[in-house]
Amino acid sequence: MVDTLDRRPAPVADQAEDETAEETPRGFVPSWLITTGSVVLALAIWQLCAPLINPFFGTYPTAILAAFWKLVGTGKLAGALADSLRPFAAGFALAILAGIPLGLLIGRFRVLEAAIGIYVTAGYAMPLVALVPLLVLWFGLGFEVKVVIISLMSVFPICINTWLGVTAVPKALIEVGKSFVAPDHVILRRIILPATLPYIMAGLRLSVGRAVVAMVVAEFFTSISGLGAIIQTSANNYDTATTFVPIIIIMLMAVSLNFLVGAIERWVAPWQAEIAGRDQQ
Amino acid sequence: MGEVDLVNVSKRFTLRVERKVHAIRALDRVSFSVHDGEIVALIGPSGCGKTTALRIAMGLETASAGKVMVDGREVKGCGHDRGMVFQFAELLPWLTALQNVMFGLEMKGLRGQQLRATATRYLELVGLSDSLNRRPHQLSGGMKQRVGIARALAIDPKVLLMDEPFGALDAQTRETMQAELLDIHARTKKTILFVTHDLDEAVLIADRIVVLNRGRVQEIMTVPLARPRPDPGLVRGLPEFAATRYRVWQALHHSGDTLH
Repeated sequence: MVDTLDRRPAPVADQAEDETAEETPRGFVPSWLITTGSVVLALAIWQLCAPLINPFFGTYPTAILAAFWKLVGTGKLAGALADSLRPFAAGFALAILAGIPLGLLIGRFRVLEAAIGIYVTAGYAMPLVALVPLLVLWFGLGFEVKVVIISLMSVFPICINTWLGVTAVPKALIEVGKSFVAPDHVILRRIILPATLPYIMAGLRLSVGRAVVAMVVAEFFTSISGLGAIIQTSANNYDTATTFVPIIIIMLMAVSLNFLVGAIERWVAPWQAEIAGRDQQ
Repeated sequence: MGEVDLVNVSKRFTLRVERKVHAIRALDRVSFSVHDGEIVALIGPSGCGKTTALRIAMGLETASAGKVMVDGREVKGCGHDRGMVFQFAELLPWLTALQNVMFGLEMKGLRGQQLRATATRYLELVGLSDSLNRRPHQLSGGMKQRVGIARALAIDPKVLLMDEPFGALDAQTRETMQAELLDIHARTKKTILFVTHDLDEAVLIADRIVVLNRGRVQEIMTVPLARPRPDPGLVRGLPEFAATRYRVWQALHHSGDTLH
């Protein structure tokens, strides 16, 4: 019966403000510039302390850079990085694929929460390093055990954050689904999952750091390989500058992965930044 | 058709306050009908159970006793024969206005070109043809509720259930929306059950007013104002409007309970 209704103009008085690009206030310093300045300053202070540093007990930026070029020249660094990244990518991917669905289900179904939640909470505090010898017995010394260690270490923050996110979804949004007779799986996929995305992304950010640490732990305590191997051999030779090359690369890796997660978040959940009002920065 | 009957609907629940368990009787044998094409306003002080009655009619809550019938069929859970408009619109924030309306239609089984065309048509009906692709945070409060109304109307329900839909809006927007609702009703002839705590709104919009107090129907009044009511400003000035408003006011105040 509505087919016959004519189209009407939008009421002008009720229009929301058109969003125009905000003008940059005078004296505004972009965030990336502040971060760069901070890093440059820290490096400069560290370098200025160089004459005071005994190369046996410490090191400084230019020495690390020299060691870096040496490692690059021998081709050792690229090979080690690839050796480290392969199990890292596989383990982290596994953690995401297991952690998000598990968190969604635990958060959504009370019985699962009561039955499985306790293992997730306990697993988060699991002293993984103590279990590595056992994992080696089960999975050997190669690629598989490294993947297991990395995913075990990073799956819990993802799962717990997703779980918390589900419990924080406004009841009214779920009722919207119910009132339109949406089946449970549709409510889970089309209402709860998108509403939980910011929590999932926060979980990913937290687990990136843990996964990177797990990667080095795995390389130390299973077959020595990758960046962890460079750390160990150079530390054994008291070559502090070379030891710092993989350490800094690992930290840079965590920073860029964090940045990547942020970029993915803005891509899959653009409304979140818009609602929070952080899209202008 | 679209006829709603509440038959002896009761709702009890328990509330635990500092170790003491209180049995709360939210609704006590509430019975009234909304006839086809009629607007009935459910009014009463906060906590009188009006929203609970609406939620039971929607199927979001179950009655402890009694039943709700829509066109003679007993309500068991939610259904496409009823469309709900929520107090705070409750649009899905990651979807555009169009996608929000499409969501309800998809759940009803519409697909493809028909889906998009129907959603667009109902957004045009509520005057939002220029804002189809805006997300909820880019819409004003009144516009959000327009989308909420379009979403509920689009599935072409027999009955529209509205839970204080304009309660969160500023006075001016509320008046515009009341006029819009009267206009939409004149065009669609939908049966509407409308919860409000606003006396003026109840008299302006409804054909009949059900006064609820402490979970019981205290009085059911007929509003002696003709339809259509295209000019709410004019209707407000009529002596019948003032008289009815006074009668409802008295009913609310003579209940042995002050209006909060």
